[in-house]
Amino acid sequence: MHMESRELFLHGSRVPDTGPDGELMTLNMGPQHPSTHGVLRLELKTDGEEVAHIRPHIGYLHRCFEKYCEKLTPPQIVPYTDRMDYLGSMNNNLGWAVACERMMGLEVPEKVEYMRVIVAELNRIASHLVAIGTFGLDMGALTPYFYCFRDREMILDIFEEICGARLLYNYIWVGGLSHDFLEDTDDKILRFCDHFEKRIDNELNPLLTFNKIFVNRSANVGVMTPEQAWSWGVSGPSLRGSGVDFDLRRDDPYSIYDRFQWKVCVGEGLMGAVGDCWDRHWVKVLEMKESVKIIRQAVASRPKEGDVKEKVPARVKLPAGEIYCRTETPRGELGYYIVSNGGNQPERVKVRPPAFCNLSVIDEISRGALIGDVVAILGSLDIVLGEIDR
Amino acid sequence: MDFAALVQHLRAALPEAVLEEHPEAFSPWILVRREALAELAPLLRDDPALDFNQLMCLSGAHAPGPEGERLWSVLHLYSTRHGHKLGLKVVLDVADPACPSVAGVWATADWHEREAYDMVGITYTGHPDLRRILCPDDWQGHPLRKDYVAPATYNGMPLD
Repeated sequence: MHMESRELFLHGSRVPDTGPDGELMTLNMGPQHPSTHGVLRLELKTDGEEVAHIRPHIGYLHRCFEKYCEKLTPPQIVPYTDRMDYLGSMNNNLGWAVACERMMGLEVPEKVEYMRVIVAELNRIASHLVAIGTFGLDMGALTPYFYCFRDREMILDIFEEICGARLLYNYIWVGGLSHDFLEDTDDKILRFCDHFEKRIDNELNPLLTFNKIFVNRSANVGVMTPEQAWSWGVSGPSLRGSGVDFDLRRDDPYSIYDRFQWKVCVGEGLMGAVGDCWDRHWVKVLEMKESVKIIRQAVASRPKEGDVKEKVPARVKLPAGEIYCRTETPRGELGYYIVSNGGNQPERVKVRPPAFCNLSVIDEISRGALIGDVVAILGSLDIVLGEIDR
Repeated sequence: MDFAALVQHLRAALPEAVLEEHPEAFSPWILVRREALAELAPLLRDDPALDFNQLMCLSGAHAPGPEGERLWSVLHLYSTRHGHKLGLKVVLDVADPACPSVAGVWATADWHEREAYDMVGITYTGHPDLRRILCPDDWQGHPLRKDYVAPATYNGMPLD
């Protein structure tokens, strides 16, 4: 390592070293700290137990996604999108498919639209379950984690049946889907919905959400105002936790979300200030219920006849031009900026990952918090390093 | 406001700023004069008629074209109150890749501009902390340049 960068690594020189009461201490959280949810290094400048600044260092998982995109055709890129936010792969696939289809002016069959909504919402629940489970784990609650993963397992079993994969699905293709549902998939999904809805109210909420220790650890911690959220580009449950009524599924519609009855959930400050860690957790809990509602409606009204690969083009070629297309993943606004010159491969693909922007706000909302609270704040922001580093 | 009204409004407020408009694009965008961006950005956010409170995305791109090597800094803006969107593009010469930073207007630009600097080498003037973000601090070159050649070694370690 060069001398200069070694200095940077050890001391992170651009963060002020002194606070009002004298010299600040540097504390490195990560890159191998379990609470950082992956490989992330947070450089904390602390004044005693109080955090003065946080400087996140990212890039440990950088796998050159955008560079690869310039060498691949749009259908070949789909499996790569899986590997960004690996907890919400269906949603990443969907965002890519929607962006390409908008450029090509491609209409997908009704049946495919309904099935996409079903799998995307199932994946949203699965992702929120991991977020909630690990957030509890960060607060010292071990049991809810197992309950969350038990329920998530049911979703993964359904996904495994329909596409053969449990984590990286490559399921939503440009123009269609890779496989049709099996005969009993609808029943299994409905059985999951029946099972899961009760578990939220009977298990998850009493055990975790309204647990006194959990509330004390998360309420009034890491409060984010709506202005901060907008300025830092925060989106998804973290934005709605601050009381902002905004969801791309409703406000910048794509696919067929406008056909379903559901509501956008926002944080109301039930346990403390609006926009604290508890509110961000609460929004995810409520959203899972709304997703169940959407899934039930979609399963009930979806057309069963037809081929899911009917409209998949033999050769996908993006017309010349550029587009910025965004969709709502479990973590927020996933945007694809695609530049094409009409060739087989895109000229440039830039991904705007929601967790990238959500993480960037951590410095501002952690100032003055205790070191232990940083774990809570990071957990509540629900980051996936795979998509931050790409 | 629709795209045409937005452009008209901007041309009235800052006559020199908008060089080209592309309403036909999938995401309509305007070409902005580099020198005007620093003045334009606060206007876009603070003018109640525009009210672009969200910088959705800021991308850097390297575009070799007929008129020479160019770098793009592209902003995509959205107003939650009015529901309108706008794309802004600043085109830079590779030999002079300086672009005014908008991190003081939309805080999220901080990290996005660092990424654009890291990947294509746009240097944002007025950025509070312009350094690499995804690559290591001592990485050589900008990987998303079209003429980028991946190094064989990094600090003595073979990369193949």
